[in-house]
Amino acid sequence: MKRKETSGLYKKVRLSWRGCFFCLLGLAVFSLFHCSRGSAERGVIVAGSTSIQPFADRWAEIYMKIHPGEVVDVQGGGSSAGIQAAREGSADIGMSSRELKQEEKDLAEVVVAWDGLAVIVHPRNRIDGLTVTELQAVFLGKIRNWKEIGGDDHLITVVSREEGSGTRGAFQEMVMKKNRISPEAIVQNSNGTVREIVSHDPNSLGYISLGLVDSSVKALKLDGIHPDYENIKKRAYKLIRPFLFVIKGAPKPGAQSFIDFVLSADGQALIKEEGLIPALEQEKERIS
Amino acid sequence: MTRLERSEKLIRLALLVIACSAVSVLIIITIFIFAQGTPILFKYGVKQFLFGQDWYPGEKSFGLLPMIIGSLYVTLGALVVGVPFGLACAITLTEFSSRRISRTIKPLIELLAGIPSVVYGFIGVVILVPFIRDTFGGPGLSVLSASVILGIMILPTIISISMDSIQALPRTYREGSIALGATRWQTVRLVLLPAARSGIIASIILGMGRAIGETMAVIMIAGNAAAIPRSILAPVRTLTSNIALEMGYASGEHRQALFATGVILFIIIMVLNTAANFTSRKKKR
Repeated sequence: MKRKETSGLYKKVRLSWRGCFFCLLGLAVFSLFHCSRGSAERGVIVAGSTSIQPFADRWAEIYMKIHPGEVVDVQGGGSSAGIQAAREGSADIGMSSRELKQEEKDLAEVVVAWDGLAVIVHPRNRIDGLTVTELQAVFLGKIRNWKEIGGDDHLITVVSREEGSGTRGAFQEMVMKKNRISPEAIVQNSNGTVREIVSHDPNSLGYISLGLVDSSVKALKLDGIHPDYENIKKRAYKLIRPFLFVIKGAPKPGAQSFIDFVLSADGQALIKEEGLIPALEQEKERIS
Repeated sequence: MTRLERSEKLIRLALLVIACSAVSVLIIITIFIFAQGTPILFKYGVKQFLFGQDWYPGEKSFGLLPMIIGSLYVTLGALVVGVPFGLACAITLTEFSSRRISRTIKPLIELLAGIPSVVYGFIGVVILVPFIRDTFGGPGLSVLSASVILGIMILPTIISISMDSIQALPRTYREGSIALGATRWQTVRLVLLPAARSGIIASIILGMGRAIGETMAVIMIAGNAAAIPRSILAPVRTLTSNIALEMGYASGEHRQALFATGVILFIIIMVLNTAANFTSRKKKR
């Protein structure tokens, strides 16, 4: 009885080997096909900030539906990598979720949207708001306990982003100014994992892109101002950053028409739908 | 030369080429890492990298000490968790359980080695981290959680190699010991373990190598704070997670500094392995 079972198992294993082989074969054929297609008509490559990537994906999807035959390829990699890719020509459009540094100003930039940075805590946290000064002190490591800012007697679990991320760069610039974020802060390398940690740890505090705030976390008021659409549009909420498309020299026709679409009423409507703030009229003219 | 000899020679040559190509990959990787990483090491001084405590690559501050210590803590923690469990399991399966049981359990343990590390990390995040946070306090993402998960991850290595080395011992060792009136536990403790020592140490070294090199699971559960942990409940960043965390966004000197992290990791692993090999060889004599 026992023997029979094992031999049956072996048969199954061998069968699945054959299955694997065919899968691999299929995959190889598919990738060959894919490659040859890609090289035949290299589309517009958009690369950079992972904060902008989800929106760029949506734009590309709709754009390709409106313009059949055109291909827009959206890749991640991060703001700095995107800017570098635009400079080196490996991407037609770089995406940056932070302002360009002085030495990067030789590239043309266009604001495609505005994003707020939300400071988030666990939904059960008693605190509803902080001042920017308090927020800075928390990230400096000077305030360590929630009771110092009106909460329960618990140590604060500070969650930050990794060095080089656009979100961290924006937070550094707007909140920390010249001061360093405490090295004892927990570091995660995506908005999603920061939100994940904050939604499970009742004593934690982090910052993420406003577009990614959902009901699992609570966004705090800063200096008494709630981070909502109206307050960001009025520029009353202070933690806002531009989402930039970065181009070197004159964009090629495909890239230009994609940017035009993104800045069109349709493209901007999508941004609003996703909880971001559309670019202002005068900002759209910085390019072309 | 006969045809047979010629074909023999050809095969030998082909095998030699294959063997060399495997080694050459290792050499190429080594050269690449060192070529990318050493210039910045010397530009800012090896001392800053090894003993500096501040990691702010944006401000040209490249202290790797917290990560070096972090790697050592976490690896040590993994051994503290994994070695006793692994050895106990290997002894139980070889000496204190029926052949049938150990024959079913061993393949299952080896299956553990095939689970992708991201799955271990996920289990850590979902089960272990909240458990540690609720029971011991702190953020949960900590030296302790990383040690436990890594300890589990190195179990299959330790168990299967230790088992093999214990099973490979001649039957006469066991029989002689029992005939002298030793109990089974005495046999294990005084005869089998000392005799299988080199194999057991090898299994621990391999486990250590896996623990110090593990990246994905550690990023997910260790918290990655670039500071020397104050307790086992504090978050920690290892050398490997430093590289993987920041590689995506790094450019210029920041990127080079990550390669320098790789160089230091490389050297640490070399030193640990040589030291461990050396001690195991010395004890054998």
